[in-house]
Amino acid sequence: MKVSITVNGTTTESDVEPRTLLVHYLREHLELTGTNVGCDTSSCGACTVHLDGEAVKSCTILAVQADGTSIKTIEGMSINGEMHPMQQAFMENHGLQCGFCTPGMVMAAVGLLNENPNPTEDEVRLGLEGNLCRCTGYHNIVKSVLAAAKK
Amino acid sequence: MIPAAFDYKRASSAAEAISLIGQHGDEAKFLAGGHSLIPLMKLRLAQPSMLIDIGRITDLSYIKDAGDHIAIGALTRHMDVETSELVKKHVPLLAHAAGHVGDAQVRHRGTIGGSLAHADSASDLPATTLALGATYVAQGPNGERTIAAKDFYKGFLESALAADEMLTEIRVPKISGGGYGFEKFNRRAQDWAIVGVAAWRSNGSSGIALVNMGSTPILAVSASNALNQGASIADAAELAAAEAEPQSDLNASSDYRIHLAKVLVRRALENASK
Repeated sequence: MKVSITVNGTTTESDVEPRTLLVHYLREHLELTGTNVGCDTSSCGACTVHLDGEAVKSCTILAVQADGTSIKTIEGMSINGEMHPMQQAFMENHGLQCGFCTPGMVMAAVGLLNENPNPTEDEVRLGLEGNLCRCTGYHNIVKSVLAAAKK
Repeated sequence: MIPAAFDYKRASSAAEAISLIGQHGDEAKFLAGGHSLIPLMKLRLAQPSMLIDIGRITDLSYIKDAGDHIAIGALTRHMDVETSELVKKHVPLLAHAAGHVGDAQVRHRGTIGGSLAHADSASDLPATTLALGATYVAQGPNGERTIAAKDFYKGFLESALAADEMLTEIRVPKISGGGYGFEKFNRRAQDWAIVGVAAWRSNGSSGIALVNMGSTPILAVSASNALNQGASIADAAELAAAEAEPQSDLNASSDYRIHLAKVLVRRALENASK
């Protein structure tokens, strides 16, 4: 089935099987491998991208469901070659260790701030409940998000 | 994990969706937000040959004040129920429970109708709407019918819906005043409840329903009646737990679930009574 999906501002078109998951469309059809597949069961959030501005788990959405929508991935976050303030905050606050959860964390965190620009620490922790960090680096992740909120 | 192959059609209205599912028979399934169905398909626990995508029927996404109840379109996403001022004002228990489904990403996609039609006793909203005395509206080839939440859940992932019927609206009675309690015991933040409780009290009435205490969500009728007639919260909690015969699984034994139900019903009713 033909789909047309705007990814990071560029319209992409492809003929996909209906069972193609959005995350595989991004990683395999478009070779945008910044979005990771972690648990593959909608739990860990490593595959988080924005669909029409909202954080979603791309392992649990079919590419055909995303037909006609606008997707943003971690590759689309930098602004004029500069890191997004959230990426900058993760770097400055040691918000990543192995880095596997980071793309999803950044996308979820930016989604959270879009909905709640000045969250409390508790709201950040609750807002990121759908993202798991196997390094258990949550303290600095939360610190990073709070720092980004102040930028 | 990739689902088994299937065909896909997108419907732009409820009537078109029902006609499409009629043409494709029992092996076809409706796809709303997909956050219950797609995980099952990835695990190959469900292998529909055809998905009818109803996720873009935008006229079934709404929240309206309908006098004595709030009418919610079946394709309204959890995040919209959670943040709706109307729902928060008239049925705060439902807004609160919707905010505890999965996580933010899941709530951006999952729909109230999809969650109810999936009829998973471990999900939050079947029990919550049951406690609230909701009525569901289903549309099929022969028109529309209403089904009380208490008559909807028939067994494990089984509902009163026929294969060619879809939910179109959820009607939740307004509750004036009083309070509510919602308890969800789980190990990881976004998990399903090992045991959950949705409860409300107002002007001598109450509703209590249990999550994941059997193959269907359970309306604790005798506990609620006793409470309305002046029984203590502790006694009502004992009665509620006695109304279920919960399963044992990897997460909890049956006995442990009964223990949890007593504690969680008590906490939920204490909050509802504040």
